[in-house]
Amino acid sequence: MSSQKKVNSWTRKRTSQGSSSYQTRLSAWRIQEDLNDSKSLSKRGQNNTVEDYEGTDDQAEDALQIALRYFEKGPIKTSQSKEKHLKTVENVAWKNGLTAEGIDILLSVALSGKFGSAVNTRIFKCMIPATLISEDSVVKAVSWLCAGKCSGSTKVLFYRWLIAMFDFIDHKEQINLLYGFFFASLQDDTLCPYVCHLLYLLTKKENVKPFRVRKLLDLQAKMGMQPHLQALLSLYKFFVPTLISVSLPMRKKMYFKNSENPWKTALLALRPRNQEFPSEPLKLMLANVHPIKRKWNSHSIIPVLNSCNYSKESRKKRMNLSDYFSSNGSFPLEQLKSFPQLLQNIHCLELPSQMGAVLNSSLLLHYINCVRDESVLLRLYHWLSQTLQEECTWYKVNNYDHGKEFANFLDTILRAECFLQEGFYSCEAFLYKSLPLWDGLCCRSQFLQLVSWIPFSSFSEVKPLLFDHLSRLFFTSSIFFKCSVLQCLKELLQNWLLWLSMDIHVKSVRNSPLETTLGGSMNSVSELIRYVGWLSTTAVRLESNRTFLLHFILDFYEKVCDIYINYSLPLVVLFPPGVFYPALLSLDSSILNQLCYIMDRYHKNLTAAKKNEFVHKTKSEFSFSSKTYQEFNQYLTAMVGCLWTSRPFQKGIYIDSEVLGNDSVAEYKKSLNLVHHPAFLSYTVSFLLQECPEERKVNMSSIRGKKWNWYLDYLFSEGLHGLKHFIRSSIHRSSVLAESINHQH
Amino acid sequence: MDSYDASKLTPRQDASSRLKDFFIGATPLQKRLESVRKQTSFIPTPPRRKIPQGSQLQEDIDPQKFAFLLHEQWTLYTLTPLYKFSYTNFKEYSKLLNAFIAAEKQKGLAVEVGDDFNIKVIFSTLMGVKGTQRDPEAFLVQILSKSQLPSEHKEEKVLWTGWFCCIFGDSLLETVSEDFTCLPLFLANGTETNTAIIGTWFQKTFDCYFCPLAINAFNLSWMAAMWTACKMDHYMATTEFLWSVPCSPHSLDISYAIHPEDAKALWDSVHKTPGEVTQEEVDLFMDCLYSHFHRHFKIHLSATRLVRVSTSVASAHTDGKIKILCPKYFIGVLAYLTELAVFQIE
Repeated sequence: MSSQKKVNSWTRKRTSQGSSSYQTRLSAWRIQEDLNDSKSLSKRGQNNTVEDYEGTDDQAEDALQIALRYFEKGPIKTSQSKEKHLKTVENVAWKNGLTAEGIDILLSVALSGKFGSAVNTRIFKCMIPATLISEDSVVKAVSWLCAGKCSGSTKVLFYRWLIAMFDFIDHKEQINLLYGFFFASLQDDTLCPYVCHLLYLLTKKENVKPFRVRKLLDLQAKMGMQPHLQALLSLYKFFVPTLISVSLPMRKKMYFKNSENPWKTALLALRPRNQEFPSEPLKLMLANVHPIKRKWNSHSIIPVLNSCNYSKESRKKRMNLSDYFSSNGSFPLEQLKSFPQLLQNIHCLELPSQMGAVLNSSLLLHYINCVRDESVLLRLYHWLSQTLQEECTWYKVNNYDHGKEFANFLDTILRAECFLQEGFYSCEAFLYKSLPLWDGLCCRSQFLQLVSWIPFSSFSEVKPLLFDHLSRLFFTSSIFFKCSVLQCLKELLQNWLLWLSMDIHVKSVRNSPLETTLGGSMNSVSELIRYVGWLSTTAVRLESNRTFLLHFILDFYEKVCDIYINYSLPLVVLFPPGVFYPALLSLDSSILNQLCYIMDRYHKNLTAAKKNEFVHKTKSEFSFSSKTYQEFNQYLTAMVGCLWTSRPFQKGIYIDSEVLGNDSVAEYKKSLNLVHHPAFLSYTVSFLLQECPEERKVNMSSIRGKKWNWYLDYLFSEGLHGLKHFIRSSIHRSSVLAESINHQH
Repeated sequence: MDSYDASKLTPRQDASSRLKDFFIGATPLQKRLESVRKQTSFIPTPPRRKIPQGSQLQEDIDPQKFAFLLHEQWTLYTLTPLYKFSYTNFKEYSKLLNAFIAAEKQKGLAVEVGDDFNIKVIFSTLMGVKGTQRDPEAFLVQILSKSQLPSEHKEEKVLWTGWFCCIFGDSLLETVSEDFTCLPLFLANGTETNTAIIGTWFQKTFDCYFCPLAINAFNLSWMAAMWTACKMDHYMATTEFLWSVPCSPHSLDISYAIHPEDAKALWDSVHKTPGEVTQEEVDLFMDCLYSHFHRHFKIHLSATRLVRVSTSVASAHTDGKIKILCPKYFIGVLAYLTELAVFQIE
């Protein structure tokens, strides 16, 4: 059992984010369930606590479970174990807080009267929630009160606990339904002050009824001017001024005695643990944080979603404060839970008071995506650019402690950008400012992803602001950095292409006026591609043809070569020789295979372009210059010459045969064909060994004629699909076959 | 082989055309981006500025009206444009802010809006604190403590003061729509806790964002030069510079005080273009101070960090604290601070 438990805990720790792992433990699983119930906003905060929770050793966990089961069963006549279990619960509670499940059990235990009131008191004092308290537990507890099994002092303690924990209860609708019950408890003189306080927290406008007012006034007549009764009365008067004619003193005293005293320290200790807890009172870090203050409302960078109930209504009419408590017309964001809801209420949705909150809500991101209100976007722009600047760990000095928080923030932004499939302008502006100061290490993956979401714009305009700085970093950093930059530029290209291809369709439908011609856009894209070509060429030289790097470069060109067909954009840009030749001469078969694939795609794209031109006959402004075709043909000839016909470098690059002769490369012509190419050498050998496994010496030149075809099939069967496509499309086998045989000697 | 399936991505016809609208450059958002681009691609600060010219307040405004803003130390913040802020709602704002402060101070206990507390919040405009007609009106927020005994009409004590202003903020004004009020510079005096509460309320109510405005050494030297260049009838304070030498365990501060007339004489000797201050002049001015110091103490001040400048016009600390002394140059000082604030916001 214990070993299994250990394994469990280990897997839990490893996959701390995965939900399935929680199921190993009931209480944790319940947390998960609560999580789904509660507002999506608080999710992250609770996740954190769950993780923290897991950090504690499992033994304490087990002990807690045993203790809870013990209490659930009721007293057994060995007081020793009772003390022990009580200690266990107290320790865990004061250290980490209890789960909603744990509190549910203990609450029933304390109110069921199974144990003496001393034990009940101790139980109440340690009922500290780790995250939330479920409303059901409270309702259950109230039903225990009706059962009359607990003493008066326990009841008092319960009310005080309920008041102290009021903000931690996940919902309050059902508790509000018990309003009448609580109100009836006012009769009890000892309970009265606490019940008043609870009612003060619970009262809504619809709870204020004439008979309740009468009852309160009666009580006041009986007991005199009690501050707690006054408090409730003044609240009633505030809601329904017409019902209460008695004058209440204007000056406010402390209405309620501090009920939450026993839990105060525990709750204070709880706060840092549950940093993003939604109902946590505003925390002001300003005073106690070192040199420059970071945030005022510090639980999270992104503001909590609140609908702005102020600005809209008050402008319409004289402010009537009680209107805020009853919703009229507009749909409060807090209730927005599903997409159908969004669709139904989209016309009357209240926008969040702080626009930054939309980052955490996918529903509102949908809304942002279709709203045409300029000011919404401007609000987001201002908030986001300032927050990025403030949080950025390298833009302002002394900020390095919060690196992880900043990375999380960037992750949230990136998720939103990915969801919207478009970049935020504020992120672009932020990149302008922060990229020149970036060390290339801090939050690398996030930062580069931000680059890949730069909205489409004129490349030449953005280049001095961004890409010049990026290339400086690129050339001076490790190969891994180079690869990640290439990857991010590939994603940037893809985003731009998608954007432009959508745009073309929209334009043809709407016939919107063009501010930038399609030619201009294509220019910008081709400039980006040329920029990457330049980076690649230099990087290949700097890193002396590393296969790893070449892979990333060719990945980029896999996107480039298919622009015409995949995105229906009139653009074909070839790779520079500095990329083509190193790839062709690479020692790695997968590189060569990728190159073949790209060449094949270029071929198809160019053919399609030519065909289109031929069909339309009109010479459009986007017909590719013959130079592109020439260049491509040159590459194609070089490739076919090397790999197939064994006549390398007849055109284009000219290599003096004397040079090769001097270097004792006697049969250089053959040495780059499919058989002898260093990248394929291992295939050749294993192909020949397949034939005669015993052979100690293999004769490579024996592969010719029919065997050449078998060899090809062998290569294809080994997964070199790029090569297959290339040979199928670029070499006419039937006619070439003879030719190739001719050139085997 | 090709693992990138472009077709899987969500279509976004509408968003795309919307973005296109932005791309046209007519919208405020696009204008903003343009201005950021411009700002980033050129030298961040213009190489020349005007020397503050006497009082630029409109004639009908009495500079003495703002006397209470002088001689106080203000902590500087930048503020992004306020959304749906209205000068006609001051009464409601003070009620709501009052309730908000009370709620924060009572920590969780329910509070009624509009109820009486022992504090009072007052919003009021600072008429005339502006550079051009286009600048929005500056306004002031004050937190007063009410005396416990209402019968005695004791003087109400000011607990906290903060004001918002925009002096020559044209570049910012151009890039926002009419729903916004641009007051990029916020100055606060009072406990930081209060500033935090009030700032938080503003952030929540008007969807704006406060950032502390630090003044770097480069801008401090500009201030030193510009303020030295101001014509003064009589000098109230010595010109003083404070440099900080970063050394452990305690940093070392070097204070350098000059008679203001000597500073002015030095300035006049490096100053060439009438009415303007150029970057060269600023550098030259500071270099002269450095070399003078080096001659006497053999310390290269240029290797240390300038942290404070005080002159008869105003004094400024790198932490973003400012004190304005001379009513004549009140607006001039604020204009430069607004410029710094706008730069930080953009």
